[in-house]
Amino acid sequence: MKHLLGQIFRSGKFLFGFVIFMIIMLTVLIYPLLVEYPPLKTISRGTFLPPGIYVNVYDSMTFSESYTLILDNAATKRIASKLNAEDRQAMKEWLVIGAELPEDEIDVDDTAKLIDLWTTNFDPTVRLPGMTNADRNYYIRLTASLDGLLATEGATVAVANEDTGVLEEKYVIDQTTYVNVGEVPNVRVLPLGTDNFGRDVLTELIKAISVSLTIGFVAGTVATTIGLILGLVSGYIGGIVDDLIMFITNLFTVIPSIILLILISFSIGQEKRGAFTIAVVIGFTSWVWTARAVRAQVISLRNRDHVNLSKLSGHSIIHILAMDILPYIASYVVMALILQISSGILAEAGLSILGLGPRTTEVPTLGLMLNWALIYQAPLLGKWWAYFPVILIIALIAFSMNLMNTGLDQVFNPALRD
Amino acid sequence: MKEYRNYFFKKLGWFAVTLVAAFILNFILPRLMPADPVAAIVARMAQGQTDATGVQAIYEQYIELFATDKPMVEQFVIYVQNVLRGDFGYSIAEYPRTVNDVIRSSIGWTIALQFPAIIVGWVLGNTLGALAAYLKGNFDRLLMPLSIFLSNIPAFGMAIIMLVIFAVELKWFPVSGGYGYDMIPNNSPEFVWSVIVHYQLPFWSIVLITIGGQAIGMRSMAIYELNADYVKYARFLGIKDRKIIQYVFRNAMLPQITGLALSIGTMVGGALFAEIIFSYPGIGTTLLTASLGGDYPLISASTLIITIMTLIAVFALEILYGFIDPRVKAAQAE
Repeated sequence: MKHLLGQIFRSGKFLFGFVIFMIIMLTVLIYPLLVEYPPLKTISRGTFLPPGIYVNVYDSMTFSESYTLILDNAATKRIASKLNAEDRQAMKEWLVIGAELPEDEIDVDDTAKLIDLWTTNFDPTVRLPGMTNADRNYYIRLTASLDGLLATEGATVAVANEDTGVLEEKYVIDQTTYVNVGEVPNVRVLPLGTDNFGRDVLTELIKAISVSLTIGFVAGTVATTIGLILGLVSGYIGGIVDDLIMFITNLFTVIPSIILLILISFSIGQEKRGAFTIAVVIGFTSWVWTARAVRAQVISLRNRDHVNLSKLSGHSIIHILAMDILPYIASYVVMALILQISSGILAEAGLSILGLGPRTTEVPTLGLMLNWALIYQAPLLGKWWAYFPVILIIALIAFSMNLMNTGLDQVFNPALRD
Repeated sequence: MKEYRNYFFKKLGWFAVTLVAAFILNFILPRLMPADPVAAIVARMAQGQTDATGVQAIYEQYIELFATDKPMVEQFVIYVQNVLRGDFGYSIAEYPRTVNDVIRSSIGWTIALQFPAIIVGWVLGNTLGALAAYLKGNFDRLLMPLSIFLSNIPAFGMAIIMLVIFAVELKWFPVSGGYGYDMIPNNSPEFVWSVIVHYQLPFWSIVLITIGGQAIGMRSMAIYELNADYVKYARFLGIKDRKIIQYVFRNAMLPQITGLALSIGTMVGGALFAEIIFSYPGIGTTLLTASLGGDYPLISASTLIITIMTLIAVFALEILYGFIDPRVKAAQAE
């Protein structure tokens, strides 16, 4: 056993897959210990907040010490964030066509002059040929954002007096005022932003991975158990039992398993579809390959001398199957289990995309997250953080399991070694 | 030819039996479930209705419509009669369209998309795999990790990634549909062009997911054959390399055809998701609308149609296999 394990871990492919899988597993186990946010809590108003560090503006104004830093390019950066190269080009185009200014007089890099020209010449009521409403709104928004862009004074924060309602000056914030993020009491890091319901995607994703892995594990165990038992019985007993089991197996091989899954999940109904139920259903529809392969191996084993000896000694069928045949196919069964787990995770994701996954209120799964992202059109809106990490994780899990499987295969079947 | 005829009839018999079994499964599976599908439909129909007798009336109406109060055998007879007449009832989500009508308008799209895509993916995958086995070296070292990577991306993931890259970011292709949303199907060149443009992304995403697994399988098959004794013997005899390679790939091909027949069900399942992501007007998208709309008759009919299509594909492959593999003839002649 020790020797075998040593051999397995010396296989590069297995090790690589194992490391990827362990990284995922450890993240799933450790993250909830460090970060105790509830995974399905809506934390943002508005949907699809982009990834980043969210700093409470009120706190940074009132509760934190403020510092003054004199940085040279602060003003340039401030202007660039409001007025990028594309905006400048668009302004130039408008000025050339709308105000009929000569093109060479407009320098898009001279911000002060450009804004000056813009404020004197831009007229939102003028409709240029070929201009859509969206273009018009863009120019109006652009004009609004230019307001106060070149100002050098700070801003004043005023608070309404509780009794009179009169605004009283409270703080003056200079353009050179900074706060230290570490001193602001309310800072929330959202490495993957929020999803369509305003939930923290990373926290949700970690929880979803653990639920999906559980689903995969349950589905894989159910499928492997059924496949193993049917394969053993069919291969060893043979005859009419074999014919019957093979008939059923062949039947389920050609009927797409996703079709059976769809039919069953739909019939179970939204109310009764928990994560566990879905996992068991997936297991019940994906045992055929295991059964086929186990049967083939058992057939090649059943006339070996040690099996015949066992038969002559009067051992029961169950004893023979468990003690004389199972050890020879154990390695294969482990490999089949690994593949079944990864295909179980994929099956759950597929079902959920069709809206037939586990019911949506209790736990997230990888498939449900994809389903939500698709329903809210995240791919079309460019909200990559809502769907890409999910696809990446699914692919990584499948990839790591496949690698482990290939590695094991090479250890157990020397003929396959490179 | 007599041997082949035996093989053909044996396969035909198996096809018929599988068809009947699939048909029965399609009928019986939903009815074995603990939940009452009629109750689920009525709950959806009666949303917002507070009047209990009203709900009861709807329920009884549906019980009568679906005949769930009759014994199972009688229901089955009615179902068979209706299906044989080509009558699948009314679609709930798209009422008053009949299920027939919905299926008829989507089945053509699915066949035109999936059949060529799976064939092209299979041929490309096998060619690449065979080349990798024969050329070895850098080609192999580049192709294999790529194939392993491709074969691990789930079908829907591949479709979403292609959608985002080529339709949303690069804007080379439209994001969804089978043709321009402002068009009515006709024979004009504009419409045909629109169909071709909309066809590309779903087509290539199915091809890509098919390539990976096939290339890996073909490579290991071909390596195995290239090292077989008959190849060495043929080399000793001085037979030309070209000729040997023909033999090798023909032998390596046979298991791949069996593999295609066995995995076509899985492939069709994956291709359905490509349709869904691109809102291609085929059966996959129909399944999605049916499932979101709780449209029971439509789901049942779509799954039956997909199963039948898969069975026909498997049957066709096995017939083809009988032609190619000399061992089939030999086995039948015994």
